[in-house]
Amino acid sequence: MITIVDYDAGNPRSIINMLAYLGHRAELTGDPDRIAKADRLILPGVGKFDWGMGRLHEKGLAAPLDEAVTARKVPMLGICLGAQLLTRGSEEGERPGFGWVPARTVAFDRARIGAKLKVPHIGWADTEWSTGCRLSVPTADPRYYYVHSFHILCDDPATELCRATHGYGFAAGVERDNVFGVQFHPEKSLSFGMAVLRQFAGL
Amino acid sequence: MRRVRVIPVLTIDRDRRLVKTVRFGKRTYIGDPINAVRIFNTKMVDELLLLDIDATVDGRAPPFEAIGDIVEEAFLPMGYGGGIRSVEDAAALFALGLEKVVLSSEALTRPALVTEIAERFGAQAVAVALPHAKKLLGGQQVLTRSGKDKTGLSPVEAAKAMAAAGAGEIILTSIDRDGKWSGYDLATIADVAGAVDVPVVACGGASGLDDFLPAIQNGGASAVAASSLFVYRASGQGVLISYPDEGDLRDHLFQQLD
Repeated sequence: MITIVDYDAGNPRSIINMLAYLGHRAELTGDPDRIAKADRLILPGVGKFDWGMGRLHEKGLAAPLDEAVTARKVPMLGICLGAQLLTRGSEEGERPGFGWVPARTVAFDRARIGAKLKVPHIGWADTEWSTGCRLSVPTADPRYYYVHSFHILCDDPATELCRATHGYGFAAGVERDNVFGVQFHPEKSLSFGMAVLRQFAGL
Repeated sequence: MRRVRVIPVLTIDRDRRLVKTVRFGKRTYIGDPINAVRIFNTKMVDELLLLDIDATVDGRAPPFEAIGDIVEEAFLPMGYGGGIRSVEDAAALFALGLEKVVLSSEALTRPALVTEIAERFGAQAVAVALPHAKKLLGGQQVLTRSGKDKTGLSPVEAAKAMAAAGAGEIILTSIDRDGKWSGYDLATIADVAGAVDVPVVACGGASGLDDFLPAIQNGGASAVAASSLFVYRASGQGVLISYPDEGDLRDHLFQQLD
């Protein structure tokens, strides 16, 4: 059973659809007791950093999530905003993030992107997986669907899970121990995304 | 390598059948939309647009249940348009797992709806479709209600107004070229893309892979959409759901871009 955290940030319907298609049972819940019992977690999310972190605290989910990830070592996959919340914090807001991965979240540097490209970065991007990561997926020419204005910046490039380019190369994913985050939307990324969710479900 | 989106547009009628129009008029039955979406999934399409072309004319809300059944099969970004008249309609569509909503008639008469949806869900989640046709004495005019009503606005005027209202994308559709396999209306695309900062999606007239590059390079479109090209074997021939493969897109489009 995969537990998807419901904190009113965006819509996890497509994640549930894809997991069902792959034959994995998923529950969507905002109940702290369910989170405390989860054995595999997905933190989805679309929206602003402070708002998302605030909702997790208001709903009493931040503490059981921290316990699940740091004490029980439950596999956790953050998607989009969910991936950014795994970091220490974001230029988008004031609140601290979970800090489970040695990284922070920064705004796209418009000066480095160039005039032709826009922020938010919306669309498909070829994405290169780092070798040796547990979530890395052996697919030819993988590409994923992105919608974001901020991206993860890892303290140590060794924790980068994958990289994509929007004007300049950025960390498209991060991995540390049982914690994984991807900036793209696997649930909207065809068989490329299915391979990622399948890999996570099988860890 | 820069990628641009290549988007099949699926039009459904009041009976939820997949149909294809010519110049927004004569219709041909194509098949079952769920089946078409399944095929597009396996063909690795970038994005899909689903439009109910009767909802606004019928004064109907979007067919939420049917849309939900279709979205459930689409593991890719998908937009829906047709009959959206409120933020609640949009919210219900996002809850089904759609990536964006496409407004048109209602947005042109009530731009505040675009603003309300963009403020709540982000500009990237709201596109405005501007179907346009040639006026009797020359020039292009945007039409509403499936091409039935005149707005008196040029595509540039309408696009500027919609972008100012908060639209994250303009879908520019030439009614005169719909189903005609005559290539995109590059002049109108260039006019509009030059007038607004938001991405412009070229639609109407594509006859093959070779029409995409000029729409992007000369027209300044950010993405290309097509319908007949992806549901017929060729002009005047039978139904065949198809999509160019990655290698052809790379050779004929992505690698030709500056």
